[in-house]
Parts: sequence; C-alpha cells; structure tokens
Amino acid sequence: MNVSEKIEVRDGVDEATVAAVKELSGTYKYGWETEIEMEFAPKGLNHDIVRHISGKNREPEWMTEWRLAAYDRWLQMKMPEWSMLNIPEIDFQDQYYYARPKSMTTRPKSIDEVDPQLLATYEKLGIPLKEQMVLAGVEGADDSPAEARKVAVDAVFDSVSVKTTFQAELKKAGVIFCPMSEAIREHPELVKKYLGSVVPVGDNYFSALNSAVFSDGSFVYVPPGVRCPMELSTYFRINAENTGQFERTLIVADKGAYVSYLEGCTAPQRDIAQLHAAVVEIVVEEDAEVKYSTVQNWYPGDEEGRGGIYNFVTKRALCAGDRAHMMWTQVETGSAITWKYPSCILKGDDSQGEFYSVAITNHHQQADTGTKMQHLGKRTRSRIVSKGISAGKSQNIYRGQVSIHPRARESHNYTQCDSLLIGENCGAHTVPYIEVKNNSSKAEHEATASKIADDQLFYCRSRGMTEEESVALVVNGFCKEVLQALPMEFAVEAQQLVAISLEGSVG
Amino acid sequence: MALANLKQEATGTRLAAAVVPPGGVWATQARRAALARVAEMGLPGRRDEYWRFTNPETLNAVQAPEAAAFDAGDEAPAFADVARLRVVFVDGVFDAAQSDDLSGEGLEIARLADVAQSDIHWARDLFGVLEAGGQHPVPRPLAALNTATATDGVVIRATSVVERPVELVLQHRDADSDVALHHVIRVEDGASLTLLESGAGAARLNTVAEVDLGHGAQFHHIRVQGRDHDRRAVTGLFARIAEGAVFKSFTLTFNGRLTRNEVVMDITGDDANAHVAGVALGDGRAFHHDDTVFVTHGALAGESRQVFKKVLRNGATGVFQGKILVRPGAQKTDGYQISQSLLLDGDSTFIAKPELEIWADDVKCSHGSTSGAIDEQALYYLRSRGVPLVEAQDLLVLAFVAEALEEIADERLADDLRGRLEGWLNRHRG
Repeated sequence: MNVSEKIEVRDGVDEATVAAVKELSGTYKYGWETEIEMEFAPKGLNHDIVRHISGKNREPEWMTEWRLAAYDRWLQMKMPEWSMLNIPEIDFQDQYYYARPKSMTTRPKSIDEVDPQLLATYEKLGIPLKEQMVLAGVEGADDSPAEARKVAVDAVFDSVSVKTTFQAELKKAGVIFCPMSEAIREHPELVKKYLGSVVPVGDNYFSALNSAVFSDGSFVYVPPGVRCPMELSTYFRINAENTGQFERTLIVADKGAYVSYLEGCTAPQRDIAQLHAAVVEIVVEEDAEVKYSTVQNWYPGDEEGRGGIYNFVTKRALCAGDRAHMMWTQVETGSAITWKYPSCILKGDDSQGEFYSVAITNHHQQADTGTKMQHLGKRTRSRIVSKGISAGKSQNIYRGQVSIHPRARESHNYTQCDSLLIGENCGAHTVPYIEVKNNSSKAEHEATASKIADDQLFYCRSRGMTEEESVALVVNGFCKEVLQALPMEFAVEAQQLVAISLEGSVG
Repeated sequence: MALANLKQEATGTRLAAAVVPPGGVWATQARRAALARVAEMGLPGRRDEYWRFTNPETLNAVQAPEAAAFDAGDEAPAFADVARLRVVFVDGVFDAAQSDDLSGEGLEIARLADVAQSDIHWARDLFGVLEAGGQHPVPRPLAALNTATATDGVVIRATSVVERPVELVLQHRDADSDVALHHVIRVEDGASLTLLESGAGAARLNTVAEVDLGHGAQFHHIRVQGRDHDRRAVTGLFARIAEGAVFKSFTLTFNGRLTRNEVVMDITGDDANAHVAGVALGDGRAFHHDDTVFVTHGALAGESRQVFKKVLRNGATGVFQGKILVRPGAQKTDGYQISQSLLLDGDSTFIAKPELEIWADDVKCSHGSTSGAIDEQALYYLRSRGVPLVEAQDLLVLAFVAEALEEIADERLADDLRGRLEGWLNRHRG
C-alpha cells in the first residue's frame, strides 16, 4: 500500500503527518532474529519424525504411542475449508517440526547456565528470566515499585522451553508450573488424566497435527483451594526459519483454585510464512477460576502480504465443576492469518464463561476468530465482547457460537461484537450462530459495523492531535472494554500495540 | 461421503421424476437451464451450510407427504375487507370462476401458463433470470427446481400507481397435492403495486416470485401463509431493486409443519430501500419455521431492514438466517437486522445466524438477536394494574411482534393481520 498516495485522498492532512506515517508504517518491533546455532529434526513429517520428537523429549512409551495414533488420525483428515480465509496451500513436508538451540541440549539447571544469547534475546523482548526482574513496561507504573508484582515465566524458544522462573516458590504453594516435556516425565498421572480431555486428538485438523508433533509448552496444576501466588506466563518466540511451532498448554485448576495466566508471542520478520499450530486445554474444577490472557503479536507479514505467521490455534476450557469460572481475553494484532476460537464448555451448574477479544488487522492480514460457548449446566452464564478493527486490505471475521442446551435451564448469554473499518479496501464480517433450546434461558446478541465517526476525529484534531493520534485514541476507546479486562502487565503493552498495528492505515 | 452420495441419489430420483412443461422457445430454454442448475447444485442436504438447521428431506422427496386442508370454520378469509383483485389457484390450478377479471388500471396481468406459450413476451428477460442471479454465493436448488417445473403462476406488469391490490388466493384442497407456482412481476419506473398472498396452496407448496423494480418503483408484498397444520412450504422471493425504488415484504405464518421462506434482495441502484419482515407463531413440536434472507447492497446509500419475530411454544422450532452483504463501493449503506424469539412454554428452540459481510468503510450495519421467555416484570406490572394473566400475556406477545407489523405501510392491512394474530392467541391459550 502506498501510504502517501492514500493520504492525499483525505483533506486536511499535512505533509508532516504523511512523513511521520511513512516512517512508522510497517514497523514491527520484534522482527529481528537471534543468530544462534540450532539443531533441527530432518525436514518433513512422518512416523520417524514423530518418534524423533518424542525421543528428544525423552518421553515414556505411552506418550510416543499417543502421538503416533494422533499422526495416523491426522493423515485421514482434511484441511478445513469453512473459514472465510484465503490460505495458500501449505506444504507440510517442506518444514521443520523440531528446532532447538544447540546450547539447550540439556536443559540448564539455573539461570547462570542459560546461553547468554538466549538471555539477551529475552531481555530485548522485555521478558524477565531473572527472578528479580519484572515484566518490562510495568516498572514505575506500580505505586510501590519495591513490591512489584511477580510474574513467573516459561520461555519457549522454537521447540523447547528455555527457562521457567519462580518454580521453587510456586512449588511451596503446591503449584506445578513447568514445561510440558517435563510434566510428561514428572507428572504422568496428571498428564494422562487431562491431556486430550478437553480438545480430543481428532477435534480438528490442526489439533490432530499438534497432538502428533507438539514439542513443548507449559503445564500448570493448581491444587485444591490454592490461589496461585503470582501471575504465570508463557512467552513463545519463533526464531528458526522454515520451522513450525507446535506448543501444547495444559492448565488444570482443581477445586476452589485460582490462576491467572498470560501468553505472549513474537517472531522474526521473514518473507516466507511460518506455521504455528498450538493447542491450549484448560480444566476448571468446582469453584475454581482461570483467567487466560493473550497478547498475540506474531510477525504479521509485510505491507504486500509477504511472510508472517499462520496462526492456527485450538483453545478450549472445560468448566467441569459447579460454579467454575473461565475468562479468555485476547488482543490479536499479529499473524498473517489467524484461525482461533477460544471456547468454553460450561458443564458445571452455575459455571461462567467470558470472552473478551480485540482483533486488529492491517495490510493483508486475515483474522477469523471468535468463540464458542456451550451451555450444558443449569444457570450457566456467558459473556462475549468482541471488537474487530480492519484497516488496509485486511479481512477481519468474527465467528462465534452460543449453544444453550435443553438441560441448561435459566442460562444466560450476552454477546456484543463490533467492527470498525478504516479505509475502503478492507472487510469486516460477522458470522454468529445462536442456538437456544429451552425457554427459561436468555440469549442476547448485538453487532454493529461502522467507521470512525468524522465528528470524533474532527474533535480530536481540533484539539491539536494528529490524525494518527486521533485514530489511535478513538480506537483505544472502542476497545476499552476488552483492554480493561487484561491484567495490568499486558494492558500497557496492548494499548501500545493497538496504535502500532494501525500505523500506516490512516488515510 | 455417504451423505454426499445420499444427496446425489435424492437429486437423481427427483430430477428423473421432474417434468418440464410444454411452452414457447424462451420458456423452454429457461426451464431446461434451471433443470441443469439443479443437477449441478444438487438438492439441499443437511451438510449444506444453509440447511444445517432445517431438514430438507420432505421437500426433496418425489412424493409429497400428505397434509389435510384446514377447516377455518367461520373465520373470515384474509384481507376480506379490502377491495382487491383476486386470482385464485386451487391446489395450483387456476380457478376462473372464483377469480376476478384479470385486468385493472395501470396493470397488465396474465397467467404464466399462457405467457409461457408465446414466442415473444417481456417476461422472458426476467423468468428464471433473477432466480439464477440469486444462486450465488448461496445455492437455492429448490427455487431452480421451481423454475424448471412450475406450470402456472401470475405474470404482472404495473405501469403506473395501481390502487387496487392484487391478491393471490392459494387454496388447498387435496391431502396429497404437490404444487409449484412461479410468478414474474415487473414494476415500471415510478409505478407501484401491492401484492397480497394468502392460503396454504397445497399439501406441499413450492413458490418462486421474481420481482423487478424500476427507478422509483414501489412494491409492497403482504403474505399470510395458510393455517393448515401439516402443510409444507418452500418459498423464494427474488428482488432486483433499482435506484430510488422501495421493496417491502411482510409474511405472517401460523402453523404448518415446515416452512422455509427465502428472500433474496439485490439492491442495484442508489438510494433504494429493501425491507423484509415476518411474524411466525408456532405451537407444538411439529412446527418448524425458517426465514433465510440475503440482502446485497451494490449501490450507494441503500437502506435495508430485516425484522423477524417468532413466538414459539410447546417445542416449536424457529430458525433465522440473515445476511447483509455490502459490496466494495456501496458507501453510506444502512443495514439493520433484528431477529427475536419469544419462547412461551415448553422447550422450544430458536436458532439464529445473523451474518454481516462488509466491504465498504462508510457504512452503518447492525444486527441484534434475542431469545427468551416473557418478561416476568412486565407481566407483574400488568397484573398489578388489574389485567388478568391471560390478557396480560397476549398484550405482551402483541407488543413483542409490533415492530414487525409496523413494517406494513398500509394501516388497513396491518389491522387485518393484527386481528388474525389476536385470534390465534385466543385459540392457543393454556
């Protein structure tokens, strides 16, 4: 997209703004690459690669079998075509399914053993791997910096977990927070019980693929009655070329437990698209509460739509017990293609599911995202607030399902999905499915699509703001409901991201 | 795979039984082309995105399931108090004795059965054309099947403001009647026409109406689908709306085992209006009603409204699938869509899929959908004012459907329908 050309279309934009926009457009802060020696599994996908990954993780036999069965299942499945996405054909044989830094052949026992290059990478990303550090962007924002909130981090670099912080302190509270590969070895009884229980292997094409080849991810178990003493987070970094990242996250909050989990991700700027197919499973038992927040900032591809991450993710939570409470919050600004529907199965009576989403697409990005709320238990409640913003030549689709079963009496759903269009070459689409099967329940759905109101822009500009700033302010106001649902650590980053993602789109 | 085979089989069997009626060259060509479309698309199947919530089996079957005609007793027929031109079809067969003289001021009206025999007729530019145009992006094979096999219907051209409404009276007599009727309507620049429609028509009725509106033309369509409990109907209304034209369609449905009303509106000229509304009242598990609407905004400053209200009780099912498509460049579009259901008692089902597909930035589009029981507080308020429970419920139901009835421009017609609604509520208490 030619920015200056576009801007001339509108009145009242001065040359300085044009220059500023030019300078800023297309900036992706995390597009750099870490030069580090890697070891790869051979390219392609077959039974041997699956065994290879399992072997690298030193997995027990049952896990290898589970993976092989998943691979066989995947072979019988077809790539889904129902989304409104234009996905170029993916050659699943032309990529690496396992890549790990050579220095990670054995997992470091302490921070001093971690490859300095990896440490530098995470420092540059603002992710604290040293326990005395806190997440960048929060320091000073807190009223009492001396007691800055702790955040435990599991840092995943390509296919392996580099470091998990605060493990000892968490262990004291009874919380297990470790890489998935470690959980399979150390806590097989928990993994066997819950892995695949929320997202079955054959749930969809990408969940089957992930089940076969996932290399790492995070595992969380919060025992009954425990309120996790700090925020947990996983930071995913794709670095190697031609490599897909397939992580698997499993979070179990036992009866009366509470945990807040954050997920972040970035990748280098490359001309060739890369695949990311994750599965996140969450089990929320009786009276437990889980908050899962994502700021998705994978490399979105360039202005011409070259490169970027294909983000095909299955995320689902099972509110298994009565009064269980699940809350998804996502800010989706990155990825060339996003295909993601974090969902809640509200099985327990009086359980509650929430979904807050901001999806921003610019240039040639495509996002088909939304949620599913399955009301099975009595008096279950769900709330969906989705804000889609499309700019440039992008496509932004909200797709959601609310299903209230006959048994789910006195249940309630509220859905609001709003779309904002910036520019005349983008698209905003809404595809909701609402199914209500009893008369004591209530479902409310509303959706709007509009452009930024001229009077709002005029007001901001008359107060001396530039057009860019005005748009960012109005857009931040548009997403406020969702951004406010984020933990503070992410809210700061998310607000900045909203502005960055839209750079170059005004005109 | 098995399902795909089933679909192919159903299509093959039905097409083998399909008979293309004799006619002139253009009509025969259009009918054969329509038959080819059906063969290509296949009949609807449960795996098709827009048939997920409605089972098309009985609509596909070669043999129509039986349905007894409903005895309305001393109930006055619809629109009885309105001066109108009646065109009567009994089980799809034109009844000259019951019909009025087919002529009126500013009106050209004929039977499709006659028009299709002619070598040259203006209808050739529309017959099967709007239906074919409405097959993308969502296929509507039963409408194509109608074009191919319908033997009769009306062909109407309005050349000025037609004061007297035309009513299609579709009577149902035989329990095994299976009827396809196809109407072609052209409202010329600046002209206006009101088309009324009443009755169940047949045990199984398939109707298609192709409506072409010229610049500044107005078309009002008000339909009361028959009370027959077991009848099945699939209807397709295809409209092409030119600059400054106004298209309005309203449908009231009582009973019926299966009703699928599809409305496809294509706004091709600037500043045009496309409104479609419906009220469906269903009682009992056998009731299944489906409104499927597709509006395409292809011009500037178009306004579209979809207002659908369903009152469901005792296990009845209501489906709404509505889509607003705003094409690139269709700036200043104002699209509005609301689908609501009132689930009175028992486990009735309401399914809604309100879609927006927007490719222009300076537009205003919204949709809302709600589903729930009667508002207890409102009920309590009315009762505390001395209104008996049953009357209070009726009042609230009427208030619920009022927004849809307001879409009817002609007050006399709206009153007629309101009266029928009250009658239904009276009969379906408890």
